[in-house]
Amino acid sequence: MKLSFILKTALRDSRKNRGKLALFMSSIICGIAALVAINSFNHNLVKDVNEQSKTLLGADMVISGDRPALESLQLMMDSLEGPKSTEIELFSMSFLPKSEESQFVRVKGLEGDFPYYGKLITVPPEAGKDFKNNRTALVEESMMLQFNLSPGDEIKLGQATFEIGGSLKNVFGSLGAGSSFAPTIYIAKKHLDETELIQQGSMVDYGYYFKLPEGFDADEWEDARRETFRNETFRITTMEDQRENLNEAFTNLNSFLNLVALVALLLGCIGVASSVMIYVREKMSSIAVFRCLGMKGNHAFLIYFIQIVTLGFIGVVIGAALGSAIQVYLPVVLGDFLPYEVNMEISWKAITQGLVIGLIVSILFALIPLLAIRNVSPLRTLRASFEEDVAKRDYLKWAAYSGIVLSIVGFLYSLTDSIQDSLIFTLGLAAAFGILYGVAAVVTWTVRKYLPRSWSFIFRQGLSNLYRPNNQTKTLLTSIGLGTVVLATLFIIQGLLLKNVSGMDAGNQPNMILYGIEKEQSNRLAEITESYDLPVIQQVPIVTMRLDGWKGRSRTDWLADTARTARRWTINRETRVTYRDTLTESEKLIEGTFTGNVESGDSIFISLASNFKRSLDVEIGDELVWNVQGARIKTYVGSIREIEFNSMSTRFFVLFPRGVLERAPQFEVLVTKSPDAQTTASYRNEVVKTFPNVSLIDLGSILATLNDILSKVSYIIKFMAGFSILTGFLVLLSSLILSKFQRVKESVLLRTIGASRRQIFRINLVEYALLGSLSAMTGIVLALIASFLLAKFMFEIDYSILWTPIVLMFVIVTALTMFIGLMNSREVLNKSPLEVLRKEVG
Amino acid sequence: MQEILKVNNLSKVYKSGSKELTVLSEILFSIDKGEKVAIVGPSGSGKTTLLGLCAGLDKSTTGTVTLAGSELSNLSEDEKAAVRNKSVGFIFQNFQLIPTLTALENVMIPLELQGKSDIEERASSLLERVGLGGRMDHYPSQLSGGEQQRVSLARAFSNAPQILFADEPTGNLDDDTGGKVEQLLFELNEQEGTTLIIVTHDGELAAKTDRIIKLRGGKIIEDKSNK
Repeated sequence: MKLSFILKTALRDSRKNRGKLALFMSSIICGIAALVAINSFNHNLVKDVNEQSKTLLGADMVISGDRPALESLQLMMDSLEGPKSTEIELFSMSFLPKSEESQFVRVKGLEGDFPYYGKLITVPPEAGKDFKNNRTALVEESMMLQFNLSPGDEIKLGQATFEIGGSLKNVFGSLGAGSSFAPTIYIAKKHLDETELIQQGSMVDYGYYFKLPEGFDADEWEDARRETFRNETFRITTMEDQRENLNEAFTNLNSFLNLVALVALLLGCIGVASSVMIYVREKMSSIAVFRCLGMKGNHAFLIYFIQIVTLGFIGVVIGAALGSAIQVYLPVVLGDFLPYEVNMEISWKAITQGLVIGLIVSILFALIPLLAIRNVSPLRTLRASFEEDVAKRDYLKWAAYSGIVLSIVGFLYSLTDSIQDSLIFTLGLAAAFGILYGVAAVVTWTVRKYLPRSWSFIFRQGLSNLYRPNNQTKTLLTSIGLGTVVLATLFIIQGLLLKNVSGMDAGNQPNMILYGIEKEQSNRLAEITESYDLPVIQQVPIVTMRLDGWKGRSRTDWLADTARTARRWTINRETRVTYRDTLTESEKLIEGTFTGNVESGDSIFISLASNFKRSLDVEIGDELVWNVQGARIKTYVGSIREIEFNSMSTRFFVLFPRGVLERAPQFEVLVTKSPDAQTTASYRNEVVKTFPNVSLIDLGSILATLNDILSKVSYIIKFMAGFSILTGFLVLLSSLILSKFQRVKESVLLRTIGASRRQIFRINLVEYALLGSLSAMTGIVLALIASFLLAKFMFEIDYSILWTPIVLMFVIVTALTMFIGLMNSREVLNKSPLEVLRKEVG
Repeated sequence: MQEILKVNNLSKVYKSGSKELTVLSEILFSIDKGEKVAIVGPSGSGKTTLLGLCAGLDKSTTGTVTLAGSELSNLSEDEKAAVRNKSVGFIFQNFQLIPTLTALENVMIPLELQGKSDIEERASSLLERVGLGGRMDHYPSQLSGGEQQRVSLARAFSNAPQILFADEPTGNLDDDTGGKVEQLLFELNEQEGTTLIIVTHDGELAAKTDRIIKLRGGKIIEDKSNK
C-alpha cells in the first residue's frame, strides 16, 4: 500500500475530528508548557545564583594575603590575561572632625576597575566612580547614618583627611579574617600612603582581583598553583568556590523544581494516554470498516499514529513556545505585583529538553491505546456491541511500557544526575500505580460480593455501576488517584519547603549584631534593646582562643608534619568559642554525648561542629589543647554537632560546657532584629552614646541579597505548582469523559423505562462521589507516604503533616469528580432520551 | 458453473466460562459465481454469524470456508483482509460509512487500498449511477439514511468484487427507500455480474434471489432454488 494513501487518509480522517483531539492537544500543551516554564525558571535561577556569586566576589578570582605578593607570585599573576585590580585593606580608627567622634573602620585602598560584577552602589551614584580619581572617600551607609554624615563632610584616616564623596550601600567581601563588623571606607589606593597607616607591624591585607577571559578555567589554574601560593600564605578564591557555597543553599529548591517538572510532564502524559484512548474508542467503528474493506492492521494503526504524532509535535511546539512565553512575559504582565525585579531569559536548553522529551514521552504514552488499533476486528461492523478485541500477547505494547519506564528514568537522570534517585522515583511511581489498581480491584470485588440487597435502589444502582461490565472503576481510580498522588505530594512538599524557607526569610531573621559588649554592660544593653521593642534574639558570650595542640602533639609539630591530614585553616584560625549547657534549635547532636556543665577538676568535654571535626581529623575522645589568651586548657572531644546552615543565627565550631570559661576574658554578642532603618538608626545612636566601645553591625544589606533570592523562590514554587495543578485537572477531565460513553447509554435506557431525572441524577451522584472520594483518599494516603520519603531522603527536611492542603485536596478532587461526572450526564437529564440516543448512537 | 464460496462442515461455538453456546453447526453449502442467494431465518438463528464467517471477519470453531479460491482458515488476519479487498464487497444494515470522509472518499477507499490510481472517475461514476452525482462532497451526517445506503452500495461495487455480502441492507430504511435501494442493488449486481449473498428476514427481498438458505437454531433447515 502506498505511503501517500496512508498519509492522505490520515489527513482526511482527522478533518472532522480535530476538535475531538483538543483534549489530547491541551494535555500535551499544558504538560510541555509547564515542563519548559519550570525548567527555564530553574535554569534562570541557577544562572541567577551564579550571577549572585559573581556579585558577591566581584571578580572571577581573588588572590589575597597579608603582605604584598612576592615577585615570583606577581609574575604568575601577571601572566593572567584580562583586567586586574589591586586592593589594600587595613583596620584603623577614623576621626570625624564635624562631630569630633572616632570610629574603628576598615579602610580599603582600591586601584583598577574592580568590581567587575555588580557595582559599588553609592549615593550619589557617581561617587562610586569619582573616588578613584578625586581625593574622596566612600563611607559605608551604616556609619553615615550613625554619625549623621553627609557627602562633603570630612573624615580623617591616619594623617590624611578626605572629603566624603558619598554613602556606600554595599560592600564586597573582606580580605582579612579579622573583624568583619567594622564599617568600610573606600579610597583610591594611590592616596593610601598619605595616611601613613601602613607601618611596620600593622595588620594589612593585600588583594588582587582578576576578570578572566571567557572560557578560562580558573579552577584548573588554581589547582596547579594553590600550593605555591599557599606556601607563601596567599589564598586563591575562584567564583566556583563561591558558587559552591551558594549552590548548597539552593539544592532543595532545585530538587523541588525538578520534581514539579516531572509531575507536570507525567500528568500531561496521563492526559495524553486517556485522551488518545477516548479518540481510539470513538474511531473503533471506522477502523473496523477499514479492516472490513481490506486494510491491514498495521496500516490502520499507521493512519492514527501519523495523526497523533503530527498533532503531538504541534502540541509540543506550542507547549514549548507557551512555556517560554509564560516564563519570559509573565513578569512583564504582572509588573508591579512581583516582589522583585526579574531578569528572565529564554532558555534554549529547557526548550530543547522539552521538545525532545515531550515528543518521546507523549508518543510512548499515546502508543499504548494506539497499538490496540492493530487488533480491531472487522467483525465490529456486524456486531454493535462487540466484546473487547483481545490480542494474545502484544510484545509491542510491552516495548512501549518499557520505553515509558526507560524514558522516565532517563528524564529523571537528566534532572538529578543520580541513577539511584531516578530508579527510586520510577519504582515509587510504579508502586503507586500498582496499589491504585489493586485498590480498584478490591473495591470492585467487595461491592459485588457484599452489596446489601436491602439498600435503596439509588444506592444499589450507583454502587453496582462500580463492578458492572464496562465499568470505569479501574481506569478512573488509577488516573484520578495517580493525579491526586502527584498533586497532593506536591502540595505537601511545597508546604514543607515554604515552611522551611520562611524560617530563613528576613521576616524572622536577625538583622543586627552588637559586638564587643563587656560582661557588665550586658544587662543594661538588653534593657535598651527591649525599650525599643526589639527582641533579644541571642545574647552569647564569646571567648577567643587558638589551638595549641591535639592528640598529644603540639601545633608546631603538626604544622611541620607533611603527612598530616588536618587542614591548615583549622589549625591557624583564631577560634571564637561560646559556652552554654544546651544545644540550640539549629544544632543536632550526631555523635557522642553532649556535656552541658563541668565541675572544677573534671575532664572538659567539648562539642565540635562536624565540619570542624573533619577538617581537624579528630575523633570522639581525642585530646585538644587550647591557648585561651595565655592560659592552656586541656579538653576532650565529647560530641559532634551538625549545624543547620539554613538559618542565620550565630554559629560556633567549638562549644564549651558551662563552668570553664566564665572567668576568661570575653565579650558578648547580642543579636536582634530591627523592623526598619529608622529604628535601627535611633537604636544605634543610643547604644553608641551609652556604650562607645560597642560596635553595631547592620546585617540588612547581606540579608537583602538573600531575601531577594528567597522571594523569587517562594513565588516560583507557588506559580509552578499552580501550573501542574491545571494539568492535573485536565487529566481528571479526560478520565471522566472516558467514562461518559458508558454512562450515557445506561442512563438513557433507565430514563426510557421510566426513571425520573432526580433518580438518574442521584444514581450518578452516588457513583461519582464514591469514585471521587475513593480515588482522592487512596491518592492522599500514597501522597503522605511519598512526601514523607521525599522529605526525609531527598530534601532532608523535617516532616510534619500539614492537614489543610490534604483536606482541601480531598474535597477538591471529590467535588471535581462529581462535578465533571454530573456535567457529563447533564445531557441525559435535560433532553429527551430519544434525542440523546440519536446523537450518541447515530 | 465455478464455485466462488464453499462452506464445509462449519460450526461456531462461543464459550462463556464453563458453558458452551453453539451458534452454528454442520453448515455445508457452496455458491456458484453469479448466483444471488438469500440467507433467511428468525433472530438468533445464526445468519449474521454465518455471514461473518463466510466473509472472513470471524474464525470458525470447526470446518472450512473457501472464498474466491482461498481457504480462509489457513490465512492470517492481514491475508484475509487482502482477499476481502480484492474480491469482496459489503453492505451493512447500519451503512458503516466512515463519518470523517465525504461520499466520494468513502467510495474510493477500497480502490485506494488496492493501490490504484485514477480512481476518482470510477468512484464518481458509481455515485452517479446510484443517483448521488450532486452529493459527492457531502459527509455521511449530511445525508439521509437512504442516501447513506446508496453510498454504501457504490462503495461495495467500487472494487468490482466477485462476491457481495449484504447484511439486512434495507433493515434500517422505510419501505419506499428500502425498495429503491433493493432495486439499485439488483441492477448494479446484474451489470457487474457479481455473486450476491443477502442476509435478511424480509421475505419479499429473499423472494427476488435465485436461492434461499433457511437457518434455524444454527442449522440449515432448507436450501432451495427460487428460480
